Amino acid sequence: MSTSIIEQVQVKELVARGIVKQFPGVLASDHVNFDVHSGEIHTLLGENGAGKSTLMKILYGMYRPDAGEVLINGTPVRFHSPLDAIRQGIGMVHQHFMLVPTFTVAENVALGLPSSRRVVLDLDIVSRRIEELAKTYGLHVDPQAKVWQLSVGEQQRVEILKVLYRGASLLILDEPTAVLTPQEVEEFSETLRRMINEGHAIVFISHKLHEVLALSDRITVLRNGRVVDTVLAADATKEGLARLMVGREVILQVEHPEVTYGDVRLAVHGLSANGDSGLPALRGVDLEVRASEILGLAGVSGNGQKELAEVIAGMRSSTSGQVFFDGTDVTGSLPGKLLDHGLSYIPEERMVDGTVRDFSVEENLILKDHHRQPYAHGVFMDFTKIASESDRLIEAFDIRTPSRHTPLKSLSGGNIQKLILARELSRNPSVLVAAQPTRGLDVSATEYVHRRLIEQRSAGTATLLISEDLDEILNLADRIAVIYEGRIMGIVERGNVDVEQIGLMMAGVSEQTTK
Amino acid sequence: MTWAVIVGILSSGIRLATPYLYAAVGETIGQVSGVLNLGVDGVMLMGAYVAFFVALRTGSLSLGLIAGAGIGAMFGLIMAFISVTLKAEQGISGIGLYLFGLGLSTFLFGVTIKNVQTIDGFPDLAIPALSRIPVIGEIFFQHNILVYVAFALVPIAWFVLNKTPFGLKVRAVGQNPEAADSLGVNVSRVRYLTVTLGGMLSGIAGASLSIALLNTFQQNLTNGMGFIAVALVYFGGWRVSGVLLGSLLFSTVNAVQLWLQVKGVTIPSDFLLMMPYIVTILVLAAMANRRVNAPAALNKRFERGES
Ligand SMILES: Nc1ncnc2c1ncn2[C@@H]1O[C@H](COP(=O)(O)OP(=O)(O)OP(=O)(O)O)[C@@H](O)[C@H]1O
Ligand SMILES: [Mg+2]
Repeated sequence: MSTSIIEQVQVKELVARGIVKQFPGVLASDHVNFDVHSGEIHTLLGENGAGKSTLMKILYGMYRPDAGEVLINGTPVRFHSPLDAIRQGIGMVHQHFMLVPTFTVAENVALGLPSSRRVVLDLDIVSRRIEELAKTYGLHVDPQAKVWQLSVGEQQRVEILKVLYRGASLLILDEPTAVLTPQEVEEFSETLRRMINEGHAIVFISHKLHEVLALSDRITVLRNGRVVDTVLAADATKEGLARLMVGREVILQVEHPEVTYGDVRLAVHGLSANGDSGLPALRGVDLEVRASEILGLAGVSGNGQKELAEVIAGMRSSTSGQVFFDGTDVTGSLPGKLLDHGLSYIPEERMVDGTVRDFSVEENLILKDHHRQPYAHGVFMDFTKIASESDRLIEAFDIRTPSRHTPLKSLSGGNIQKLILARELSRNPSVLVAAQPTRGLDVSATEYVHRRLIEQRSAGTATLLISEDLDEILNLADRIAVIYEGRIMGIVERGNVDVEQIGLMMAGVSEQTTK
Repeated sequence: MTWAVIVGILSSGIRLATPYLYAAVGETIGQVSGVLNLGVDGVMLMGAYVAFFVALRTGSLSLGLIAGAGIGAMFGLIMAFISVTLKAEQGISGIGLYLFGLGLSTFLFGVTIKNVQTIDGFPDLAIPALSRIPVIGEIFFQHNILVYVAFALVPIAWFVLNKTPFGLKVRAVGQNPEAADSLGVNVSRVRYLTVTLGGMLSGIAGASLSIALLNTFQQNLTNGMGFIAVALVYFGGWRVSGVLLGSLLFSTVNAVQLWLQVKGVTIPSDFLLMMPYIVTILVLAAMANRRVNAPAALNKRFERGES
């Protein structure tokens, strides 16, 4: 790219040979061979904790491998920090955003780069270049906007702009689509194709098999740190890939048994609330969820889903309307009180709201019930019980961790998600609010979560399932509500779903007339 | 109160703001990069002592100033080593640094200078023309060089933090060191620089006391000024403009208090001495929810996650 501001090589081919990386208790990379060349998308596939992010962080100079070598255009390279990788034309978009929320888009992009005006920042020039890049690749975002005000999709675009701005010719994209809506994924694929046409090389990570099949040229499957196989996307099938990843057959769709619904357990009447920016995000929402029912809430992200979940969970105050649990008005109750009422909550922002990063796996597992039976007797904690329960949950939910004492922050992204699910579902909730419960999960973990949600449904839990993944909602929900700009556009019974109509409601085009 | 009194109070308010400005601007730079240094007062004491000692022995105020700045930078370097390289708890490290500076300056004073002496500090420099303007001239333009430099430091620091690539790195490292690291910013190097610079400015703050404002040195000369400087950073909401405002408010209240004492007002002097501190606490409490600007990574050590 001509606008590159760092002197760097064009990566024609990157080859990693015999990469080994040992973490305490885990061999995250076990003699991995991997290569990618310009003009192709090479996808890494693997279960949560298989070692995808670790391998990519090694290629990006964040981790140093214990053994093995990396060659760029045939020459061996050794990276001591990401700066070395950036200089070699490698850019990475991380699984968890690496943005400074209080900075503007332009500041985030300019960070760490020399300025064309030497000691004075040239944010105006940076902004103009960002706009050019945005136009070339279809990555629209306002360079002057503060990052904390952007939607998740826009933040993702900023991450990619950061990489492109640095003139990277090899892009490593670690689960970039996990947080995108279907429409955004469409635009994103378009962007990737343009980059490929320009001769970029792309390493792509995703758990969504249909995406992987649609986008990739080659697919490498990792399991437990080892390469299982590298296949051409043209020859692959969803089922085949799932089998390679997991080592067994995976059921991609769960059963949905008949149940008899009970009384209304969760009811929301005329609920309005403001978003973070202080503007109305919910405008008079009415919803009811009965025992043994899953109500799916479909919608494009940013239409009030997050606010609705937070108000129900007691983490955001409403401006009007009420929330009822089993007929009791709980509007404005503190989260602790709601837990006593049998609420379980799987938050969307798992790294922020759902866990304590520096606590151990065990501590995170008992976070909500540490003060009650069976984990505590009076003021004393029962550490034997805590240990045995933790081990049971780790086993049952297949949380990949060296031990229950491991600090949460060293778990892979998907395993953190499984931990939250383990904690929330094991409380046997009467009301469950699940926001994006399978975001970032691999196929087998997704299968497992879906099964657990259905089991919970049979056990009488009333579930509000918030998801941007329409397939997930269609699979699991008994009724589907569509939210748009803080209003419920309509509610459809499982039996008579018209996907087209749901799409139109999601886009705010049509409102259901009969309920 | 006459005009002359008001002018006198404002003028000494400006003068007294000097040590706070150096120390608090230095601390701001460090905190914006995510390092809380509670040892400012100890560093100021070392700066004050060394500057005074060198000036006394060599007769050169400039050498004294350079020595004070140098020892401050050294203490900053120690703080950086402890908190960045050894990754020790920042709050505790700072308190250790304070006690070290307090003890060492007292000890060295005892063995080298022994009894309280005075020197002729930096003389007042009336700025031509400007100092002749009635009232304004007297308040602003008849001070010693260190006073002028302190005020010049404010726009310079603002510029560096907000308008340069280096300032962008400093702020990023204080807000999200992982993000900065992922873009190849050397988090440790940036923090070393800011904390050392902060130390140097604290050293100069001390020197401004011992060779420009009070022109003497004695045990615990600063009397907690360094801690006020740390408070001023919070007060100013991590903005140098806010720090300037806070320093001026604080020093002006101090000047009023001194004047009241001289006048022999019947309020007990202990109460008068408390005045500036009470004002600080009240303002800090009133602004408790203004922490929006706070560096998110303040007081947190940074590791790359690789074990
Ligand atoms: N910094 C670290 N310290 C210790 N262990 C780590 C660290 N980073 C990763 N691990 C471990 O290495 C293994 C591989 O993790 P990695 O993040 O590479 O998985 P992944 O394939 O990206 O999974 P996911 O799909 O969930 O993101 C996991 O078992 C994880 O717990
Ligand atoms: Mg990962």
